[in-house]
Amino acid sequence: MTDNLIRRGLSRRGLLQTTAGLIGGSMLPAMPAFAEDKPIGSYPAGVSGSTAFIGISVPRTGTYAVQGEDELKGYQLAIEHINSGHDLIKKISPKTSKGVLGKELKFGVADSAAKPNEAVQAQQRFISENKAIMITGGTSSAVAVALNKLAQREHVLFVCGISGSNDTTGKDCVRYGFRQNFFGQTAAAAIGPVMVKEFGKNKKAAYLTPDYTYGHTVTKSMQDFLATAGWTTVTNQVAPLGAPDYSSYLLNVANSGADVLINVNWGHDAVLSTQQAKQFGVLDKMKLVVPYQVPFIARETGGLMQGVYAATDYWWTIEDKFPLAKMFNEAFEKKYGYKPEWGAENAYVSFAHWARMCEQAGSFNPPDVIKAYEKGETIPSLVGDVHYRPEDHQCVRPVIIVKGKQQKDMKNKEDWYDVVEIVPGEGLMQKPDAFGCRPGDYS
Amino acid sequence: MISWPNLVSQLFNGLALGALLALISSGLTIIYGTLGVLNLAHGAMFMIGGYAGFVTYQYTESFVLAVIAGSLFVMLLGVAMERVIIRHFYHRPHEDQLLVTFGLGICFVELVRLIFSSQSQLVPPPALFQGITNLGFMFYPTYRLAVVGIVAVALGALFIILYRTRLGMIVRAGIEDSVMVDSLGINVYRVFMIVFGIGAMAAGFAGIVNAPVVSLTPGIGDDILVQTFVVVVIGGVGSFPGAILGGLIAGEIISVTSMFNPGYAYVMLFAAMTLVLVVRPHGLLGVQGRE
Repeated sequence: MTDNLIRRGLSRRGLLQTTAGLIGGSMLPAMPAFAEDKPIGSYPAGVSGSTAFIGISVPRTGTYAVQGEDELKGYQLAIEHINSGHDLIKKISPKTSKGVLGKELKFGVADSAAKPNEAVQAQQRFISENKAIMITGGTSSAVAVALNKLAQREHVLFVCGISGSNDTTGKDCVRYGFRQNFFGQTAAAAIGPVMVKEFGKNKKAAYLTPDYTYGHTVTKSMQDFLATAGWTTVTNQVAPLGAPDYSSYLLNVANSGADVLINVNWGHDAVLSTQQAKQFGVLDKMKLVVPYQVPFIARETGGLMQGVYAATDYWWTIEDKFPLAKMFNEAFEKKYGYKPEWGAENAYVSFAHWARMCEQAGSFNPPDVIKAYEKGETIPSLVGDVHYRPEDHQCVRPVIIVKGKQQKDMKNKEDWYDVVEIVPGEGLMQKPDAFGCRPGDYS
Repeated sequence: MISWPNLVSQLFNGLALGALLALISSGLTIIYGTLGVLNLAHGAMFMIGGYAGFVTYQYTESFVLAVIAGSLFVMLLGVAMERVIIRHFYHRPHEDQLLVTFGLGICFVELVRLIFSSQSQLVPPPALFQGITNLGFMFYPTYRLAVVGIVAVALGALFIILYRTRLGMIVRAGIEDSVMVDSLGINVYRVFMIVFGIGAMAAGFAGIVNAPVVSLTPGIGDDILVQTFVVVVIGGVGSFPGAILGGLIAGEIISVTSMFNPGYAYVMLFAAMTLVLVVRPHGLLGVQGRE
């Protein structure tokens, strides 16, 4: 298949410098910095030169390719800003001037195709060949969970990209993994009350669920929450990831007598299933809700999100309330020509937070960086102040509830949603150990 | 619980998918039957047909023009591909042909991804076929019904070309024995070019007709290619009627299995293919003679 490994920024000179640094470092074992730090993972080898390498794996093909590309753009912008000491990065990580701890960030990108084994192989290569000091990836929670395990085994920090499963910082949490975007459960807790207010109590719900960790945990979270308002599940149609046709599931939904269709699908699956729900007349019979909004679904479905409620990490119009969001939107749009969606926001903030933690620790030494995160202090993000919980490494952050705008109300071609509510994260979150998180050791 | 309307709906879905697979497979099978080339870029041709139609639709807002432009563009692409690359591989081993067509397919997909990004693109069905039809016992998307009719007309046209014209006669003779056709003084290489163009056009036509059912993405041809090969094997390599029969069988197997357990749709498809290969190694309506 396609040679999905693209390496960037590794010039011959950079490679020579890194090699020289490595040789020099190994010849000078008595230098204080090395004497104090016990080697762990790719540290200190990965940062002994003038650069630090990050391994990025995002889906560039397959059902999550669109979201993967958006996420990648967020990472690239963050690295560019970190290396140049951009004003926006300084707002989030004040000590960052040129690179992290004075080291220029380099990175490699691999196409995970949203497949855990491909992501793990690529990141393993980045760790062993490039001495990656931090790895990232996601978009599929199955990938995120797999990379969690790799990170813990290799003792390399994993700053999770898009992943909405409860498992990521729940039962599959690790000491070396951190997640900025929220649980499926958090999304359910945020959008559930809005749905009950809008549609009433004791309603019948039909679910379309993708058959993996993200899908099952989001559906379970929605069912649990809505049960408290007397909602019942009349059918839960579970489809494999990347299903080519949703007609059989939608026929079952159409005949289920449901009042509301809760489409848990994500990526192209969400787009396709929503379009086909329209084709089969399902959307004429029942209301649609997307409990965890997928980036680009509004533009890709060509108007089918009009009037539809969804929970999301970020929508660009919140720039009216958050100055950092406005700075981000402007920088992103200037570079890429469109308004960023939440994959890009999530990626950018995750890297900015990592840079801040390294600067605070004064070192890339993983246990020190982890402990900086685990202080749990309140730090800035694009959606206001947030913090990481020390127990499960989950960022506590607000959930944005949006409702699709009617075409006549759209002020420009990217004005797809009204922001209905920005729900503070604190009250939405379950207890840190509710999903069985046991993060493991530092070394 | 399976209800009768659900089952009938799925049979209709199978018919629509099967008709589409039949059309794509007929293109693949006449190329292989005549030229001996297994064109692994055929799925990409299907995808490009959709995108060429999409671009046309953007400018004209006419579905009919989109179908015409999508088909013609892919036909020309097929002819160019045959002239520039494929003809150098007629006498090369099959592995070389597979690799070069596979590589071309990847290039086409990446090129489309570069131009259009991975975001899915919409081509709405023509106004005439929008909405849902009440069949009395069930509701069904009108356009999916129309697909069966549109594809049937296209297959009919292909049948006339293959069985009622001199070109078709040469093509069919070429499938049987291209050396003999060549020795009769017919320029088989020119015929080859036309056959490649027609085969590609069948895929391109299917690509744009399918676009309102499943929105366009650069990778849309990948799954179709696999299904199409299975159809050709079931129906019989090089057989036009076999492609139609195989397509309909494959469409129904995928649809009906999806109703019970979608994860097993491909398993059942390949099981059926294996069964056919065991019982009839040349496929259900396979043409013997060409190696």
